[in-house]
Amino acid sequence: MNKDKRLKKRHAREKRLKFYGITSICIALMMLFTLLSSITLNGYTAMQQAYIPLKIIVPGEKLLNSDGEVDAQKALLFNWDSKVKKAFRTNFPEVKSRSDKKELNRLISSNSGYDVKQFFIKNVDAFDNERVIWITASDDVDQYLKGRFNTNISEEDRRLTNKQLNWIDRMRSEGLVKLKFNKNFFTSADSREPESSGILGAVVGSALTMFVTVLLSLPLAVMASIYLEYFAKPSRLTDFIEVNINNLAAVPSIVFGLLGLSLFLSFFGLPRSVPLVGGMVLALMTIPTVIIATRASIRAVPPSIKDAALGLGASKMQAAFHHVVPLAMPGILTGTIIGIAQALGESAPLLMIGMVAFIIDVPSSFTSPATALPVQIFMWADSAERAFYERSSLAIMFLVVFLIMVNLVAVILRRKFEKKW
Amino acid sequence: MTFLILTFSLIAFSSVSYLVCRNRVLYKIKVTKTASKSLPKHYSQNLLIWSFVPAFILLLLLTIGTPRLLDGLYSERIAEAHPHFSLAEIQLNLSKVKNIVAGAVSSDEDSVNIIAGEFASSSQNFEILKSLSTILLCMLCSIIFIKNIDLSKNARESVENFLQGAFLVAAIFAILTTVAIIVSLSVEAIRFFSLYNFFDFIFGLHWAPNIAIREDQVAAQGSFGMIPVLLGTIVVATIAMFVALPIGLFSAIYLAEFASKPVRDIIKPILEILAGIPTVVYGYFAALTAAPFFRDLGAGLGISVSSESAIAAGSVMGIMIIPFISSLSDDVIRSVPQSLRDGSYGLGATQAETITKVVLPAALPGLVGAFLLAVSRAIGETMIVVMAAGLSAKLTVNPLETVTTVTVQIVSLLTGDTEFDDIKTLSAFGLGLALFTFTLLLNVLALTISRRLAERYD
Repeated sequence: MNKDKRLKKRHAREKRLKFYGITSICIALMMLFTLLSSITLNGYTAMQQAYIPLKIIVPGEKLLNSDGEVDAQKALLFNWDSKVKKAFRTNFPEVKSRSDKKELNRLISSNSGYDVKQFFIKNVDAFDNERVIWITASDDVDQYLKGRFNTNISEEDRRLTNKQLNWIDRMRSEGLVKLKFNKNFFTSADSREPESSGILGAVVGSALTMFVTVLLSLPLAVMASIYLEYFAKPSRLTDFIEVNINNLAAVPSIVFGLLGLSLFLSFFGLPRSVPLVGGMVLALMTIPTVIIATRASIRAVPPSIKDAALGLGASKMQAAFHHVVPLAMPGILTGTIIGIAQALGESAPLLMIGMVAFIIDVPSSFTSPATALPVQIFMWADSAERAFYERSSLAIMFLVVFLIMVNLVAVILRRKFEKKW
Repeated sequence: MTFLILTFSLIAFSSVSYLVCRNRVLYKIKVTKTASKSLPKHYSQNLLIWSFVPAFILLLLLTIGTPRLLDGLYSERIAEAHPHFSLAEIQLNLSKVKNIVAGAVSSDEDSVNIIAGEFASSSQNFEILKSLSTILLCMLCSIIFIKNIDLSKNARESVENFLQGAFLVAAIFAILTTVAIIVSLSVEAIRFFSLYNFFDFIFGLHWAPNIAIREDQVAAQGSFGMIPVLLGTIVVATIAMFVALPIGLFSAIYLAEFASKPVRDIIKPILEILAGIPTVVYGYFAALTAAPFFRDLGAGLGISVSSESAIAAGSVMGIMIIPFISSLSDDVIRSVPQSLRDGSYGLGATQAETITKVVLPAALPGLVGAFLLAVSRAIGETMIVVMAAGLSAKLTVNPLETVTTVTVQIVSLLTGDTEFDDIKTLSAFGLGLALFTFTLLLNVLALTISRRLAERYD
């Protein structure tokens, strides 16, 4: 009897341990699900943006020069803003007073004058005819249409007054404002106005940075790994190098940012906020990770292959480059991809070297000021306008999907080409 | 820009000379009717080492050096033109001149414009000099090399020796990085300690890095006692470990010991997704989802929770660390030899007893190592706390209040335009040095412990 009880107890303990394990895995999975779903729910609406159709006639004689092209000087002096505002107000003939007009104007984006100008510069034949142009509504209108605007707080604390809300409701019922695909998000760089901001600048900045990172880290890491696996004799130096690599892989990323700030910016006098420096800092951070992965995959190649090559008269270098490295290549590539994916999501070191600036141009070279996608996410999440939050979420969705895809490619590569010895 | 163009032209020229060298070797073999010691391509590779490599190094040096040389020359030139200028004024003038040259601004001062003109012409001259010297060096070396090819020399050996040396340099790069980190942090930190007492920094109980707007302002100096910041870091890291350690460890035990292979193959990659998510995403989640959640929860229970509470940042950081702990512990547990388990089963122990009494004690050093690495990660984590924790340094261990961490302070002190001789900026390097030392100790400890384990069962 006593024995049975004890056995039961022992089995209960077994079940309990299993239960703890399953519960913690479930919690971890639930957290992942909560994280991804809350970001998706926040962000998917940013795929759309409120647009307002306006009928605009622009007289060509005022802007075109004798060659039939838009004269830059004239375009600069032309009052596009008032043109747009007037066209917008024709929908509201009853609005007369100055303050009402001002309130009404706030419903359209303050960048719409510029957008219309760009449209006419591109479409010279659009002059003198009545054209329907879809201009962006202001971010508050956009948020209201998406049901993200809290109308329960008192009117003074709101960014939209009751009058404005009535106008928006009327516009919506008359089809004067519509949610359409948010083109700006994919074709423009950052902006003060959420409705005209996009991720293109940050994506290009990230791509330039990553290019520098790969260019520097891959060769250095592969060379170092080959040295450590093939040529290094066990010595104090080798040991010290190894300790250094393992430790560097665990140094907080922000420390690399500090290194970049004081070495590259202050000592070498390289410019601030540029992809070149960002790439160099991230390369320093990635090299240890790639070295560790590369060494592991080189070590996984059986020594018999090297020995056979050496036995047939190959030099050490030939044995390494003709036989071992090609066999270890899938592993090396996987390690590199994972290291690069890590660097792509990194933002703390970039904050240190000033890649956190507000930049409205898409960067054009390795030495033009730029920002990176994770930093852009950080800046938008930090700003006051609610419309920036959803853009931040959408940017996160793209970043995460891209990173998951990159990691999947790495896993598939490994599965496909990895040889079991 | 010239750098890229020059690099490409060097590459183009070198590829031509590579082929020329190859043909020359083949021709020589044909004429002299003697076999060469190495393959023709080895002579060509040797050529690259003797022509492209020095030219490229020269190009790099000139690209780094010329701007500094120009700066030096022209600050002297400005100092000559305006003998009464102070150093700061000279630098201001110099950057003005550079901006004019870049076309960013224009000036109506004649003296500045003259210097700008000179600057533009001499920087152009330098560019021309740079291009000519690198390309000439490359050509000269190639020609000399091709003229003096000696087929009885073993070209392959010298190529391989060069490569081996280059590989060694690449490996030493890891040491150089560490040294660079230590030196750069220390230099700035020592400058900080020359302005601010070292012991006041280490043991000070008050952190308020304000800069004086007026001379007579109270606390104009700002005070830099790092204890409150350190305490905040410890609070956040502790919360994170409270979340991550049990969940990560139990998941690892289940995955390593109980889970069937298909389950393992599905769950492991999913957990790895959690590890691959950028920290800024966790920061966003902590600031915009977790923090309001804890605040509302607290309001529901009648407790006041700060909207930038330590618990929100800490628990999200814990979620981030779960996969880190689980995958490290999984590896450690699986590295315990099967014979230990079999022995335990043979004595009649259940699986749970085997795990808790045999496997885990055997894996303990590795688990401790994993734990220490995770702590080091939590301490160094930046984005989550920057986005979700606060800036004000309070001396508190209450997880419901706002705390600040070392990394948050570094970021807030160094983002934006920073002057390098400012005590505020320098204090960030003091914090950075403390952070680096702390994590270095943890890492070295963790790595030594794990190494012991690996040696025990190898």
